[in-house]
Amino acid sequence: MAITTTLPRELDAVAGAPMSYWRTVGWRLARDPATLAAGAVLVLIALSALLAPWLAPYDPNAGSIRLRLAFVGAPAHLLGTDEQGRDMLSRLLWGGRMTLVAGLTPVLVAFVLGTGLGVLAGYVGGLTNTLVMRTMDIFYAFPAVLLAIAISGALGPGLPNTLISLSIVFVPRVVRVAESATVQVKGLEYIAAARASGAGVGAIVRHHLLANVLGPILVFASTQVSLSIILAAGLSFLGLGVTPPAAEWGLMLNALRQSIYVNAVVPALPGVAIFVTSMAFNLLSDGLRDAMEIRA
Amino acid sequence: MSPGNGAPPLLEVRGLRKHFPLRGGVFQRTHAWVRAVDGVSFDVYPTETLGIVGESGCGKSTLARLILRLIEPDAGTVRFGGEDVRAATPPRMKRLRRDMQLVFQDPYASLNPRLTIEDAVAFSLIVHGTPRAEARDRARALLGRVGLDPRLYGRRYAHELSGGQRQRVNIARALVLDPKLLVLDEPVSALDKSVQAQVLNLLQDLKAERALTYVFISHDLNVIEYVSGRVLVMYLGEVVETGTADALAQSPKHPYTQALFASAPSLDPDHRMERPPLAGDPPNPIDPPSGCRFRTRCAFAMPRCAQAPPTLLAVGARHEVACYLYEAEATVAAPAC
Repeated sequence: MAITTTLPRELDAVAGAPMSYWRTVGWRLARDPATLAAGAVLVLIALSALLAPWLAPYDPNAGSIRLRLAFVGAPAHLLGTDEQGRDMLSRLLWGGRMTLVAGLTPVLVAFVLGTGLGVLAGYVGGLTNTLVMRTMDIFYAFPAVLLAIAISGALGPGLPNTLISLSIVFVPRVVRVAESATVQVKGLEYIAAARASGAGVGAIVRHHLLANVLGPILVFASTQVSLSIILAAGLSFLGLGVTPPAAEWGLMLNALRQSIYVNAVVPALPGVAIFVTSMAFNLLSDGLRDAMEIRA
Repeated sequence: MSPGNGAPPLLEVRGLRKHFPLRGGVFQRTHAWVRAVDGVSFDVYPTETLGIVGESGCGKSTLARLILRLIEPDAGTVRFGGEDVRAATPPRMKRLRRDMQLVFQDPYASLNPRLTIEDAVAFSLIVHGTPRAEARDRARALLGRVGLDPRLYGRRYAHELSGGQRQRVNIARALVLDPKLLVLDEPVSALDKSVQAQVLNLLQDLKAERALTYVFISHDLNVIEYVSGRVLVMYLGEVVETGTADALAQSPKHPYTQALFASAPSLDPDHRMERPPLAGDPPNPIDPPSGCRFRTRCAFAMPRCAQAPPTLLAVGARHEVACYLYEAEATVAAPAC
């Protein structure tokens, strides 16, 4: 049976190097200006946080009574000083570290744990599914902010406790997405074909299931980073997160709150930093979602 | 082809039954059962093609999955080469799966979008312990055999192929383990007519080359007639008639089979039949009619049809029908299968 009746020209087109899925996603991301801009901003923020010890002109915790609430652009203090006379630029750079850690770690933990639990619940089904999903529902029943405050309140302030409480907030959300993606993929015929070929559960999950559920889970998790940043800053603002005198954007916002009538610009800076960072994460996850929607 | 040549059947199906529970409410209580497959029995002999035909929803796909033990039956046995498939231990089942493979209906859902097609085909071999490089070589060779040049298509992804090309990949995947039995679940239903012919011809060539045995499931009578030696007609999870493709085409006995042939479009005016066409939809398999399940749509229904389901009676050489109309002319008592 001859089926290769295509013209040589078309054959060349067919022979053009096909790209793997993730390469195609990367290629698409690199062509989206909004995503590129968001990515550039995030790289800048991450670098400045990482290099804070070298970039910061002053010790972030050393204040000066005489130089309190200096204006933006004051001599020797580019972004002014806070209510204790500490250099704002230095504190913002150092604070970025805390905020990024508090924003990314819970989502990362939730991504790993949530994917594991969700795939387990979705693939095994039955009683396991009921047990896992109903347990998650208990956590899901509380609003995110309330749950974070309650757990942090119970555990006490401090960065590790913030990370634990935020992880508990995000795990159930990821589990839900992972479970529904797994159930959907599990019903497709290529999974049945893999079973018919004699493959065990491990091989099916590794080669057929994970590759097809990780995409949607990753996109969902990326949308949660900005929320996590805001929640972490919120906990610090309420005194449940990072403890003073450490520099953290939420905490800085709280401390500077009373000075807003004296100097309106300096107290707004940590807020702007939180806004820009979470916005950049949102744009990045939007771009990621668009780039990953590849269907012929 | 011929069951009578003394060879033992490759596949023996006896009293296969699968009822799916319908759950609902807070406590997921079962409030009804869908009787997808209800007491189906048949034999498939080496190198023959058994066609299974019926309307959509009559349990054909469930039957395919039951044969391959992708779902567990509620009752009945499946014996493959004399061995009880249901009793096989997991390692034995893995070995058995090499000999019986399935080609799926939907060419879009049946290929993993994240695998290149050569990886998709090679996967089965790797599962059975073939080294990666060798598995890939064999997969590429087989892709070439089914009409997809591995140099052009091997590294492509499923979404870059047409429906017909995907179905060729599905066939290659099913054949890469060198099975004896291939269950084809509506393999050409999703394809255009012209592509259907190409794929059907490919299937016929492969069958001759590899001495394969086919169980070919379709709702398309023309396709079934073309490929099958013997045909099984299913209605609402039950077998209503079985016979050679020729016997069924020339003298269908069961009113349902007659209606099926009458409704199949024919281009030959001499072959147009003047039988009552089929009216209405099949009844709900959740609550099938008592007695003969076809009686609600049957032009010849009698009071006794509602009382007890008719059993399969032999009405000719290897021709059996489950209908009270033929009790008088039944040649011999049918074997209880």
